[in-house]
Amino acid sequence: MATVRLSFSPAPVHVRTARLVGVAVARRAGVREDLLDEVRLAIGEACTRAVALHRQYGLPDPVLVEMSDSGAYQVRVVDRAPIEAGIGLAALNADELANESLTDEALTTGVGFALLAGFVEDLQVRPVDEGVGTEVRMVWPVGR
Amino acid sequence: MELSLATRTVGEHTVLEVGGEVDVYTAPRLRERLLELIDGGARQVIVDLGRVDFLDSTGLGVLVGALKRLRSANGSFALVCDKEPLLKIFRITALDQVFPLHPTIEAAIAADPSGAGA
Repeated sequence: MATVRLSFSPAPVHVRTARLVGVAVARRAGVREDLLDEVRLAIGEACTRAVALHRQYGLPDPVLVEMSDSGAYQVRVVDRAPIEAGIGLAALNADELANESLTDEALTTGVGFALLAGFVEDLQVRPVDEGVGTEVRMVWPVGR
Repeated sequence: MELSLATRTVGEHTVLEVGGEVDVYTAPRLRERLLELIDGGARQVIVDLGRVDFLDSTGLGVLVGALKRLRSANGSFALVCDKEPLLKIFRITALDQVFPLHPTIEAAIAADPSGAGA
């Protein structure tokens, strides 16, 4: 089993780095080429969500991304925001998306969750085992 | 690849050509440019996503913001996109039911309900 860990200051500029690393490790782990765009998008969405939560709560702590390939390709994105902020995710329907009163933040959160749920078959959002925060856990099959 | 933005005019329409990656870091630049165009008087806006190779929820949020702003100003807003990976993103988020999506700029102009393309 190989594990790669990346932790980064909660700034938008670093989300791209996390995407690039996540796809590079996925490719090396044997994830099918036609899934890599979805891996890139999902890791980006999970990291964007974590960065937004850290900024919302003024948390300087780093966001952790952990990638491992024990049987399947598993990615954990861990934030340190209060749990009540992280679990309440919901996708939006077309009417809600177009609603004038929907805030930009709510729209981006809803769309981000729809993308995660749509692109990751094996997805879990749950409290971290120790301390404060949530973990987005995503698993993709490997082809070998 | 970094975000690239280029504007041109086709008849009554303002076409914003977007290229590269639209994400949480670059989306604010796209938002600024769209606001500049709308505040500058553009009312029939088409965003061409033909050279976009990454688009996330933040970028989609910016596009929805522009759509709403133009709608409230009696303008029109359409997207040009024929890349299947991007179209899948619109379908999964149900935003294909919110945006007018067209394969070419010509098709977007022809379909504009404001009639400027007629």
